[in-house]
Amino acid sequence: MDPDIIHIPLHRLAHGRAGDKGDTANISVIAYREEFFPLLLEQVTEEKVRKAFRHRNPTAVRRYLLPKLGAMNFVLENMLDGGVNDSLNLDSHGKTLAFLLLSLEVAAPKELAALLDPVPTGEAECLRR
Amino acid sequence: MRHETFAIGCAAGFGGDRTDAAAPIVETLIARGGAGALIFEMLAERTLALAQLDRRKNSEGGYAPLLESMARPVLRRCLEHGIPIVSNFGAANPRAAARRIRQIAQEQGVSQARIAIVEGDDLSDARGRELLRRFLSPADLGCEMISANVYLGAAAIADALRAGAQVVVTGRVADPSLAVGPAMWRFGWGETDWDTLGRATMAGHLLECGAQVTGGYFADPGFKDVPDLHAVGFPIAEVAADGSFTITKADATGGVVNARTVKEQLLYELHDPAAYLTPDVVADISEAEVVEVEENRVAVKGVRGRPRPETLKATVCYAGGWLGEGEISYAGPNAEARARLAGEVISRRVGDALKLRFDLIGALSVFGDDRGAALSALPVNDMRDVRLRVAGVHSDRAQVEKLLGEVTALYTCGPAGGGGIRTTITPRLNSVSCFVPRELVPATFTILE
Repeated sequence: MDPDIIHIPLHRLAHGRAGDKGDTANISVIAYREEFFPLLLEQVTEEKVRKAFRHRNPTAVRRYLLPKLGAMNFVLENMLDGGVNDSLNLDSHGKTLAFLLLSLEVAAPKELAALLDPVPTGEAECLRR
Repeated sequence: MRHETFAIGCAAGFGGDRTDAAAPIVETLIARGGAGALIFEMLAERTLALAQLDRRKNSEGGYAPLLESMARPVLRRCLEHGIPIVSNFGAANPRAAARRIRQIAQEQGVSQARIAIVEGDDLSDARGRELLRRFLSPADLGCEMISANVYLGAAAIADALRAGAQVVVTGRVADPSLAVGPAMWRFGWGETDWDTLGRATMAGHLLECGAQVTGGYFADPGFKDVPDLHAVGFPIAEVAADGSFTITKADATGGVVNARTVKEQLLYELHDPAAYLTPDVVADISEAEVVEVEENRVAVKGVRGRPRPETLKATVCYAGGWLGEGEISYAGPNAEARARLAGEVISRRVGDALKLRFDLIGALSVFGDDRGAALSALPVNDMRDVRLRVAGVHSDRAQVEKLLGEVTALYTCGPAGGGGIRTTITPRLNSVSCFVPRELVPATFTILE
């Protein structure tokens, strides 16, 4: 373990929302602070996202960048088991999936910890990981 | 500068939204003076198919079930203060919806309300089906069609307002067009003012889901807090003559409009940020910025527009068989193992008679996949309060009833300590989309006689 690196869930660094169109989902990842954006660019890659969603078998994962918003938009095709009309999922829209993406673990330089907003619950658990 | 803007409030973001959101918006528009409009967005993809089924049963039905609850509290105030109402609450029967609104207006003492109906979206009649033959695959043509609608744009809404309409009732139009139409009318935009239409379209995009831009669907306690979420205010876009706009919300309401709420909604249901396709324009937000102008007021800058697509999207809905869902709870020691065994029992009883999915609510459900790969890979975790969910679909209702009978029988034949069984059967709808050259599906408006 590199002592200069902390491992934190993406949820500490960014927020996001999932939407659906047919069988395609999009999930935004928006940096809480401008300073976090370069780290997100480096760590939250198409490859990592594909891996996080591999059990949902997306046929394509594409990352679009919106640097002026400090945001990126992931588009995952054919991932919703047919979409709202076909899927047997309780959440046939895939609306909850934003928080699956936000569970992704990010390796951050430890100086970043000072910039993180304090969190009332779950913080100790997050930093211990 | 504010007096030069046109304020568009949105009081519903889907067919089942709150019915008390409109009044604070209308009172805000009136208090601020200046010109304004009120929109309700009430049609999801499948809502229209359900409405079409209603209409088959009742020739005066088929509009949004909540139309009256939405319109009644504000109709008179809007008519008296020159605030046009624009909504897709006409669903599968805009004409019947318009008649109902006229009735409500009359009950409220306004006898001369001018109500317009926008039509041309409905392709479920013989002529529409004939047209769609050219654009659908042969496999789709063989199915039992329930509804077929093309997404219309803003122009017919603007035309109706120009003809003096106080209420514009539509069926399927692109959601942002509900806002672009009134702005187009107000500022006299042409149909090829691409940058202007691109900006206004993003204003409409931010409005179309109601509270999703004002703190609804946003709160994450400790991370993103929202004041008075229980009383979240619905949004208002203040649009300028060049289409640029700020987003704010109704006075004296809860919720929040800040850079974060606006960014989340800006990217909602968006694919390529450089190409957001609508019937009116291709909007480009790849260089967009958001600026917090003051408390609860955010400006969106840098949106551009390019020429609109030559085709319009059409969505066709088919009967899709029956969905059965059954659930049973297990709690306490060894609960997860008992729930998993219950799933195995169902699976072995039903075999492959129908497509099944299992979830362990409390351990893994919505994140999982229909094939169950994620659930099989999940180690048994000794979760102590779990609910097994079984879902299955079949074209034959009897097969689905049989599945749910097996869930019910878990009471006496399943593992120990199961309780709280619930089962439901719902008809399913399937949908496909295709693209139709726009000149083949013109939009028209008429004023209700």
